[in-house]
Amino acid sequence: MRWLAVPLIAGLLAGVPWLPGLPLFWVTLLNSIGIAAILVLGLVVLTGIGGMTSFGQASFMGFGAYATALLTTHGVSPWLALPAAILAAGVAAAVIGAVTLRLSGHYLALGTLAWGVSLYYLAANLDALGRNDGMSGLPPLVLFGARLIDPRLYFPVVWAFVLLACLATRNLLDSRVGRAVRALRGGAQAAASFGVNIFRARLVAFVYAGMLAGLAGWLYAQMQRSVNPTPFSLNASIEYLLMAVVGGAGHVPGALLGAALVTLVNDRLQDVLPRLLGAQGNFETIVFGILLMAVLQVAPEGVWPHVARLWRRRIRSHPLGVPPARAERLEVGAAVLEVSALRKRFGGLVAVNDVSFTVAAGQIVGLIGPNGAGKSTTFNLLTGVARPDGGRVRFAGRQLSGLPARAVARLRIARSFQHVKLVAGMSAIENVAVGAHLRGRAGALRGLLRLDRVEEAGLFGEAAAQLARVGLGACADRPAASLALGQQRLLEIARALCLDPVLLLLDEPAAGLRHQEKQALAALLRRLRAEGMAILLVEHDMEFVMGLADRLVVMDFGTKLADGPPAVVRADPAVIEAYLGGVA
Amino acid sequence: MDSTILLILGQDGVVNGAIYALLALSLVLVFATTRVIFIPQGEFVAYGALSYAALDQGQLPGSVWLLCGLGVAAFVAGVWRGRGTGGLLGLGLRTLGLPAVVTMAAMLLAPRRPGVAVEAVLALAIVTPMAPYIYRIGFQPLAEASVLVLLIGAVGAHLALTGMGLLLFGPEGSRAGGFSEASLSFGDLVVQGQAIWIVGLALLAMLALYGLFGHTLVGRALRATAVNRLGARLVGIPTEQAGVIAFGLAGFIGAASGILIAPLTTIYYDSGFLIGLKGFTAAIIAGLASYPGAVLAALLVGVVESFASFWASAFKEVIVFAVIIPVLLWRSWRAPAGEDEE
Repeated sequence: MRWLAVPLIAGLLAGVPWLPGLPLFWVTLLNSIGIAAILVLGLVVLTGIGGMTSFGQASFMGFGAYATALLTTHGVSPWLALPAAILAAGVAAAVIGAVTLRLSGHYLALGTLAWGVSLYYLAANLDALGRNDGMSGLPPLVLFGARLIDPRLYFPVVWAFVLLACLATRNLLDSRVGRAVRALRGGAQAAASFGVNIFRARLVAFVYAGMLAGLAGWLYAQMQRSVNPTPFSLNASIEYLLMAVVGGAGHVPGALLGAALVTLVNDRLQDVLPRLLGAQGNFETIVFGILLMAVLQVAPEGVWPHVARLWRRRIRSHPLGVPPARAERLEVGAAVLEVSALRKRFGGLVAVNDVSFTVAAGQIVGLIGPNGAGKSTTFNLLTGVARPDGGRVRFAGRQLSGLPARAVARLRIARSFQHVKLVAGMSAIENVAVGAHLRGRAGALRGLLRLDRVEEAGLFGEAAAQLARVGLGACADRPAASLALGQQRLLEIARALCLDPVLLLLDEPAAGLRHQEKQALAALLRRLRAEGMAILLVEHDMEFVMGLADRLVVMDFGTKLADGPPAVVRADPAVIEAYLGGVA
Repeated sequence: MDSTILLILGQDGVVNGAIYALLALSLVLVFATTRVIFIPQGEFVAYGALSYAALDQGQLPGSVWLLCGLGVAAFVAGVWRGRGTGGLLGLGLRTLGLPAVVTMAAMLLAPRRPGVAVEAVLALAIVTPMAPYIYRIGFQPLAEASVLVLLIGAVGAHLALTGMGLLLFGPEGSRAGGFSEASLSFGDLVVQGQAIWIVGLALLAMLALYGLFGHTLVGRALRATAVNRLGARLVGIPTEQAGVIAFGLAGFIGAASGILIAPLTTIYYDSGFLIGLKGFTAAIIAGLASYPGAVLAALLVGVVESFASFWASAFKEVIVFAVIIPVLLWRSWRAPAGEDEE
């Protein structure tokens, strides 16, 4: 039946504007809504999902529109201007993004604000762009010999692009790169620990949003057949952001809903307010401003989630394929991690003081100690989250200390977090699939065009296998946030296993687990050990760690107190004193 | 370009820079205590200037009605959320009593043209309290939200206030009489009395802020809130109060800046935004954190602006805002990638 969909949709698009009784004015309005929706889709990816706010989105639209105007008034076909418009906006976004995207979010927002203003003044003062008057007399779009001047003829073009943009956005978000973008909000540190290039993920979202704005600019220029700076001003950018916030910035349909609501309300207000107030002016900004503040307080998620609740959500299941091949394990007994004289100080406090120990393949080592002993700091030094002030960490003979988290992941070192770091909006299996990021190769373009399906099925096959291994096979499609804390910890372990690690670093994996879950976890770790994996775990639960570890490293006040088999360590007087206090 | 033009441009730059410095200081203050990036700061400049100009012409400024409206809204919001500090009576006095008194004073005094000083004080009294009311209505409920949500809210407030400005003051611009018609000459350089007033008052305000933060309990409470909200609350500092005070100071500084520049240039209902944005540029250059840094950056912005308007006046705004690009580049170079977005 799928092959029927295309002609059906095409017929619908061509037919809707000719419905009897539909005023021409409404068709124009629908065209405006469609163009705005395309731009707002970009904001959904960027702001709602990627957590970056742009107050300059209309200026990217301006890049597209002016590129179109410049080319078509010089004799280039409007259809050829389309890729040029998208490219112009994309390049502008890449340049601006490269400058600001390393900084935390509000710098980007303020940067786009300043750029939005200066680009507006630039366009309004450049002779080549016609200054404040802009450029007019663009040749109309021609399709099958018809000049698309009538809004009813232009309608199918606009909405075909809206559908394509929705489809592309959905594809992108449901891909390897899309998961990296979705992990930016709240899960960036975790994603980086699995090899995601955070900066590149941000840049992808920013450029993609810029390109959608460029497409909107092309459509706008072709619809108006003229351009001037006003529709690309800061106020326009703010209006698009309002659409995203009102509609539901985290959801693709929210872009359509927001664009429709704000455009329609705007149209009514521009009509009613001046009559009501007895003066001319853009008084709708008062309502929009108050609306924006009210939505943030009353429905911060926007309107769409409230609409979507009216019907049952269909959960998209992922086809599972053959997992990618595993790399070789190290020989059991080979030294995997060698820590020597590791040191970290915070001001006057030496948090880790010349600590040395080793972990071998096929061995479980427990790092224990009272609160404040420096376990977590040691852990962060090993995983590239913090940089050591002295000492060396070697991994399979290679220098590890000082490497960033992403490079640590490349060496097939996987970790879990003491405070669980999962992406709340993604399902359990999608979270786990983030762990397999480095085992896939597909980029944004392949994801966008859906050419990544075989690889994706493989990654999800692996994710499903690891989920089943930790006993969460039944929860695969549930939102990660809906799982109990103990289950979330197990989910983190499944994600870590997806990396196909040589060394597994677990930060308090048993905390919050019930007795049976702990036993299951211990059994799993024993199996992994038998497979030759090296495991280092920081743990508070003595019973758990005593029965499991081959060796224990005890820390207190940043220094190593003892190192040896559990039975020996348990009898060590220094350890007893650290845990129970001095003998009175 | 000869030395006279250089001196004049330099003087212009310093005078504008002094205003931007005041705005940048209050932006840093508000951001540090509440994490709100106070975009509507520029509207307070315009409101201050236009209210003062109206009083200067013997008219009742329309902004008193907005003050009353915001007061009522703040009262309703306060009652709705359960009063907070000071009980119902205190809330009523602060949100209903104050605007009533100010409005009556303005109605009484405006037609009599009581002179520059009284007009300035009256304009301050009308505009300043709007900021804490806006905090209570719009931002207090979002106190735990992310910086970006607060920023979007601030943009909403900016949008609403700009529209209100058009409604209250009309589309025409206004210019007020100066504090001083005198001018001093030092050799080639002629210094306007108003310029001296601006730089002098800006310095005074900076000193006062320094005193407030360094040597008073309120200032220390604000600083504590800036460093650690939760910690400040645990030691008994009402952090909502800190937000109210920070907004109040920002409103005061914005309105005062507007009053100071009203005699220099024609101000329209929407002129404030660009002025405020230049304060922002300075605050961003200073990383939204350092007070002396913000002042220096503001002077830089002022000087760049005055020279840009001489050499390439059409591209003045483009050049001024482009100043932050190298700064952002430099910051970006040093920033670690991969931190979590909220």
